[in-house]
Amino acid sequence: MAQKQEKRKTGLSQPRNIATLLSVIVPGLGQLYNRRILKGLIFLIVTISFLVATWDYLDIGIWGLFTLGTIPREHHSIQLLLQGLISLIVLFFGIIIYIYNIRDARKDAIAREEGRKKPSLLKGMLDFYDGGFPYFMIIPGLIMLVFIVVLPLLFMLALAFTDYNQYNAPPRNLLSWVGFDNFVDLVNIGVWKDTFFSVFTWTIVWTVVATTLQIVLGFFLAMLVNDKRVKFKRTIRTVLILPWAVPAFVSILIFSALFNPTFGAINRDILSQFEIMIPWLSDPFWAKVALIMIQTWLGFPFVFALFTGVLQSVPADMYEAADVDGGSRWQKLRHITLPHVLYATAPLLIMQYAGNFNNFNIIYLFNEGNPAVRGQNAGGTDILISWVYKLTFETNNYNMAAAITIIMGLLVMGFAFFQFRKTAAFKEEGRY
Amino acid sequence: MAMRRKTKSKIEVAFIYIFFLIMFVIIGYPLFWAVMMSINPGTNMLVTDLFPDSPTLEHYKWLFTDPNSDYLTWYKNSLFVAVLNAVGSVVITSLIAYAFSRYKFIGRKYGLYMFLLLQMFPALMGMVALYILLNTIGLTDSLWGLLIIYLGGQIPFNAWLVKGYFDTIPKELDEAAKIDGAGHLRIFWTIMLPLAKPILAVVALFNFMAPFMDFLLPRIVLTSPENYTLALGLYNFINDQFSTNFTRFAAGAILIALPIALVFLVLQRYLISGLTSGATKG
Repeated sequence: MAQKQEKRKTGLSQPRNIATLLSVIVPGLGQLYNRRILKGLIFLIVTISFLVATWDYLDIGIWGLFTLGTIPREHHSIQLLLQGLISLIVLFFGIIIYIYNIRDARKDAIAREEGRKKPSLLKGMLDFYDGGFPYFMIIPGLIMLVFIVVLPLLFMLALAFTDYNQYNAPPRNLLSWVGFDNFVDLVNIGVWKDTFFSVFTWTIVWTVVATTLQIVLGFFLAMLVNDKRVKFKRTIRTVLILPWAVPAFVSILIFSALFNPTFGAINRDILSQFEIMIPWLSDPFWAKVALIMIQTWLGFPFVFALFTGVLQSVPADMYEAADVDGGSRWQKLRHITLPHVLYATAPLLIMQYAGNFNNFNIIYLFNEGNPAVRGQNAGGTDILISWVYKLTFETNNYNMAAAITIIMGLLVMGFAFFQFRKTAAFKEEGRY
Repeated sequence: MAMRRKTKSKIEVAFIYIFFLIMFVIIGYPLFWAVMMSINPGTNMLVTDLFPDSPTLEHYKWLFTDPNSDYLTWYKNSLFVAVLNAVGSVVITSLIAYAFSRYKFIGRKYGLYMFLLLQMFPALMGMVALYILLNTIGLTDSLWGLLIIYLGGQIPFNAWLVKGYFDTIPKELDEAAKIDGAGHLRIFWTIMLPLAKPILAVVALFNFMAPFMDFLLPRIVLTSPENYTLALGLYNFINDQFSTNFTRFAAGAILIALPIALVFLVLQRYLISGLTSGATKG
């Protein structure tokens, strides 16, 4: 044993390097060299079956990803693109297994060099189970996530750099990569430019105003209900939460009817008392006002419920201390309640902003983004996501829809960035 | 001085109640209006009344008994997707959350970031690809196709939520169990799951309700009326000739909203505690 240690070789002849190299050349070979026969065979079989099963698919996929097909009518660019992306994902997982194989061979070889005993078959399997357990747990979800969420996003990302639209669609035509042309068109060509900037501005206004209103109202109501002097708290809470409990699409459609200028109750029964008729659906400004009011109605209960929960966790002694120091109500609110509440709920509030930014349902169900606006290919109340929907499913401008989606994605990343910072802050704080 | 403060306080409280009253009216009016519309006879919205002279249940009857009505089929479809979605998402997310909460493994940190990021991207962004994908595997116009998309799409948000909740369960518990010889799955099954019931209930509830409320995905995936879910079917009631079918829509909508709202109100306590503890500790 001791002699073996002395004769330790270096360089290529050292067993750990031989095992690593063998595994680099053929997965499983290194394990066989390590006398881990079963493991080696498994790696070999997995490798061979992986290659046999996917070679053709990957080959065509990668080729298709670069060329998007060469013969019109025979090659379907979109399917090739999809196959190409799937190939990339499969390849990625293949490479991970490959790297794992190399590291495993090296680890075993080092163990052997150091004279540790080769674990029994049972022990080996147990180790594998122990080490691999978290992976087994996440694999089903991961596969779904990759194919249902990540792959479609990658696909949209790719589409933004192609010329796929109504007039240039497979299988009749081949698509090609056009670089950043779509983005350039978006800010250069008249109708696109006008539409993009007006939709973009409204999206931002919508996100900020509607979300802030629902947060402010929710917070205000939570403060009121939390007041010691208020009775029937349970009943009040239940009623205030009602708009959240009713499915949103039902409420939105009800509102859409309520605001209808001909038969809706708002004009007919309420505003007519004051001899006012407001064109809620046909005037962009009033449609926007209506949307913001409806979203406030829909969204405040969530914030209210959230704040109610957090308010009860504010330590009472902090207020008592403030009382002793003669702090005013406003000071208590500013320096105790607000920081505490906002700190605890920031991630969820950011999610509210992100949610409204992508709030397709309300825009589409209320008025389908209408009224139409002259010189624009989006409606007056369309936000980016409902515009994308129209471009995709109504006018088949896939490339532009994808380009706008990417811009939306970048903005969403902005929300995510704040989210990360907040979450990181929680970890350091570890208080809540 | 004391008197004055007392009156001031009373006035304040009165104002608070008045404010609540206004809120109640604003909340209640649209819902009340919809209920009243649903018992108006006929389908002409122009002659509807908030308090109809001859209230009727004809629209409810129509939904259930008319041969042209697919309402029960839609209810069945929605229930089917909802139940499987609730069960499936609890299984998938609790497994993922357990791994992320209790194990160190390669890619853990990036996985968490990925969840945070992906939950902000709505499914609509990848809709074209999803449709083509479903087409290639032959699951367009199928409830299974819809279900798969729901199951995959809910992962980022819920995994994060459940993971946050798992983190609040003391590690000493599973370490003690490990010393007693419990395996990974046993700890998961006998310790984590029972203690995480509130958040799992939240996840189940959210995912049970989603198919009843979502209208966009079904609209893209499902094409034949016998496969519609409730939201889509009801939307089509009023989509074609808006003013002529609203009363019928109102009746159908109330029959969805009522059970959902009831379940929701009963479970709201869990919902809020689960959300705050899960999400803020993530």
